[in-house]
Amino acid sequence: MSVPILSLITFLPIIGVFFILSIETKRQELVRVTAMIISSVVFFISLPLYCGFDSRTSDMQFVEKLQWIPSFGIQYHIGIDGISLFLILLTTFITPLSILASWHITKHVKEYMIAMLVLETGMIGVFISLDMFLFYVFWELMLIPMYLLIGVWGGPRRIYAAVKFFVYTMAGSVFMLLAIIGLYFLNHRATGEYTFNLLEYYRLELSFAVQFWLFLAFAFAFAIKVPMFPFHTWLPDAHVEAPTAGSVILAGVLLKMGTYGFVRFCLPLFPEASRAFIPVISWMAITGIVYGALVSMVQDDLKKLVAYSSVSHLGFVMLGVFAFNVQGLEGGIIQMVNHGVSTGALFLVVGMLYERRHTRLIADFGGLTKQMPVFATLFLIVTLSSIGLPGLNGFVGEFLILVGAFKSRILYASIATSGIILAAVYMLWMFQRVMFQEITHEENKTLKDLNKRELVILIPFIVLIFWIGIYPNSFLRKMDVSVNHLLKQIGEKTHIVTNVYTQKKGEQSPANSDLKIDIVSDDKTVW
Amino acid sequence: MTFNILSILPILVLAGFGMLVLVVDVMSARKLGEKNLLAYLSLAGIVIAAIVSRNSTATTLFSFNETFTIDNYALFFNILFLLSTGLVILISHSYIKREDINHGEYYALLMFSTIGMMLMASGADLLNIFIGLEVMSISIYILTGFKRSKLISNEASLKYFLLGAFATGFLLYGISLVYGTTGTIDLRQIASFVAGKGGVKDPLLLMGMGLIIVGLGFKVASVPFHAWVPDVYEGAPTAVTAFMSVGPKAAAFAAFMRIFLTAFGSSHYEWQKAIWILAVLTMTVGNVVAISQTNIKRMLAYSSIAHAGYLLVALVAANNMGVSGTLFYLLAYIFMNIGAFAIVIVLSQKGDVGMNIDDYAGLGFKHPMLAIAMTLFMFSMAGIPPMAGFVGKFYIFSAAIKSGYVGLAIIGVINSVISVYYYLRITVIMYMKEPVRDFHPLTISPLIVVAIAIAVVGTLHLGIFPSKVMEIAQRSILTLR
Repeated sequence: MSVPILSLITFLPIIGVFFILSIETKRQELVRVTAMIISSVVFFISLPLYCGFDSRTSDMQFVEKLQWIPSFGIQYHIGIDGISLFLILLTTFITPLSILASWHITKHVKEYMIAMLVLETGMIGVFISLDMFLFYVFWELMLIPMYLLIGVWGGPRRIYAAVKFFVYTMAGSVFMLLAIIGLYFLNHRATGEYTFNLLEYYRLELSFAVQFWLFLAFAFAFAIKVPMFPFHTWLPDAHVEAPTAGSVILAGVLLKMGTYGFVRFCLPLFPEASRAFIPVISWMAITGIVYGALVSMVQDDLKKLVAYSSVSHLGFVMLGVFAFNVQGLEGGIIQMVNHGVSTGALFLVVGMLYERRHTRLIADFGGLTKQMPVFATLFLIVTLSSIGLPGLNGFVGEFLILVGAFKSRILYASIATSGIILAAVYMLWMFQRVMFQEITHEENKTLKDLNKRELVILIPFIVLIFWIGIYPNSFLRKMDVSVNHLLKQIGEKTHIVTNVYTQKKGEQSPANSDLKIDIVSDDKTVW
Repeated sequence: MTFNILSILPILVLAGFGMLVLVVDVMSARKLGEKNLLAYLSLAGIVIAAIVSRNSTATTLFSFNETFTIDNYALFFNILFLLSTGLVILISHSYIKREDINHGEYYALLMFSTIGMMLMASGADLLNIFIGLEVMSISIYILTGFKRSKLISNEASLKYFLLGAFATGFLLYGISLVYGTTGTIDLRQIASFVAGKGGVKDPLLLMGMGLIIVGLGFKVASVPFHAWVPDVYEGAPTAVTAFMSVGPKAAAFAAFMRIFLTAFGSSHYEWQKAIWILAVLTMTVGNVVAISQTNIKRMLAYSSIAHAGYLLVALVAANNMGVSGTLFYLLAYIFMNIGAFAIVIVLSQKGDVGMNIDDYAGLGFKHPMLAIAMTLFMFSMAGIPPMAGFVGKFYIFSAAIKSGYVGLAIIGVINSVISVYYYLRITVIMYMKEPVRDFHPLTISPLIVVAIAIAVVGTLHLGIFPSKVMEIAQRSILTLR
């Protein structure tokens, strides 16, 4: 590639920071507009990644490689494959919309926008790094702006939430750092070469004991980030206290770093240990699914409800990833995007309600449908997408995941399915209490419907919800080869299922019919 | 008899300028305006000494009957000391004026102390190192009590002096035991003696080694020889505290590594265990106690103890990566720590008022530039990329893992997480608390701005483009064994 698109989208936000720094603090509108323009430009520059992405190869694409710290064998080495592609697009998609959703922020606007842009750099950097050192740098870098976003612009308990977020994540990631250093020396012992190149590490053959400990160190960092069941306690705090845009980015992108980490690092680097950990991770995921859903049900705060639902949804992602088959993995990856879109939109919706009423308690609402019909429609679509209604995005991901899970262990899948039912319960019940029934509070009678800015924010989410729901293939087809390659890497003899699947794909034209149908027909044979 | 004037030229330059400052001070005692001249004169001395040091890089020079050596290792440290002293002079200038201690001796003592450090880094035998340590320490004892009208400063000085003298006694006793068993004080001859015996087996020699560890352990502020640190750091003039927390620590580590890697390098199994324990204690106590501090100087004092602990981890690793990592880390530490102290000085008022961490509430949006700089230093010390402190820690923990000390590395990173808590607290208070006081109109002298700018650039540069300095550090340690 002649144009270094990846570097461009990674560092353009940082360059934007210098623009914003040069603007007078008083000119808040100009600061907002500048930030908006920069992040939009980043989004448009990132689109060629999708169009130019070659879905026939599992190799890294758009690769850039430069020496950085030669004495340690550290390189500036970036590139993407089908797994990271959509997470990057998700990041560049969500950031401008989050900035647009922060228009009402009047406290320290300049600093706020700077934090958002630095955050974008960090997030994109995590997904494109192919050098472990570089990855760690971005992984930690993104903590600082998020910490400030929660701590400065957050709710009443913001300091507690911000510090908890920071210390929790840091505690996990330092062990990962040690594991990375360990890999570095193990790789040296095996090949005689000092390098942090992830692709080189993929070739390492490690003994089970080594894999076990390194997996544990990596998994600890990622499990906190996801967050998986016993490590989730920072999430509700961070979500509830963060400003709307912070919650959106936290749910939309940051949590995905944990699941992405499992897919990118844990599985291919430590396949045997990963397999040994299937029961542990799966049970943690299942517990998360059920526990998150049950806790969501009893929340009286909208944001907390959505936060706990994240725990549940990400349990699904993890279950899919650790099903170790194509459906599970692809479902997991598409569900990462789905969750980013749906939950991001949910947080935006909650934020819009909060801006109007300055409360998030479910009991303070009720009967809003009459006052805000447009809002009600969009809210309903988002809610249904989160539940997983067929035709909307959530269905595709959850369905694939459950199919994958059924292939590997029926028990896991059966319990996890209850999570979907519970999701319907808590989401619909919440929707009913907020939007239907009689208006019980006088203040709610004068609520205004969505304004243009809010519409502009929500419409792209709605479009994506339908797009993924109706035609997921435009996404799945890009990740197909990469996922299969990953499975080959982890030595899974991808069962009969995949064989049928690939065979079918061979039969059909490259136009690729809907993948869902493939699997449905394929499933029946196994059931 | 070898004698090479080039080898001690930087020292001569510093000594000359130190005395010049004294003379100029006396001559111009009445004219207060002239006092600015002293700072510039000292800075000129530092710069010239640095230039002279650079010019003698060609080969390893031995001098004074091979008791004094200028190799790349000594050279690296010389530049390091000059850099730290230079930065300290920059931040002192307005501070000593404000505190009414603007005497020429201040600058002279800084320079004399630097001479001591250079001797320590260049000493090829135990006595030279000892003399260097004394020259350095005595100057700092005086500097600690420089606010002579303040009780707290006097107390700190006396405490430091008494405990320091005691520690020096230990060191000297250790040296004499080593001399008694090996018959020499020359590091390389000790090395061949130890190698000939197949390690340190003699209990007397072992004891000598232990006592040297105690003596130097006191100077680097390692636990359990750290009791003096908080009080002395708090009582000393802030600029001197900044000086104490970097220069002498670096010098003591220079001596530590030269003695233990050159002289006792072949028997590292014996001393690694002891240093292992010291490292763990130092990191843990430093970090845990720092959490509960409310005074920023005391917090930085405990944080400096913790950083000594990380550096000891590198010493335990005792491989090339660890030693060059120490050099890198010390350089990074100079930038971030002096930077932090510079901001402490800017934000405090006459009589060192405003040293409580809570006084920083609301700083973030009142003085955004200062707050951003402070945030950088804090995150750097906590080891968050892309700052210098992260690369330093990465370097050191890599060295520990390379030598197989995975447990030590794990304890190290856990400590790192603990430290995040109190470094983060500064940013919490600066950005997330409402101001409790009006920030008096800050009078920021241009010199201190230069110091902060250098520290910021250094912290970021070493964090983002560390490779050049790493290569220099790796080249500097080749003569060590």
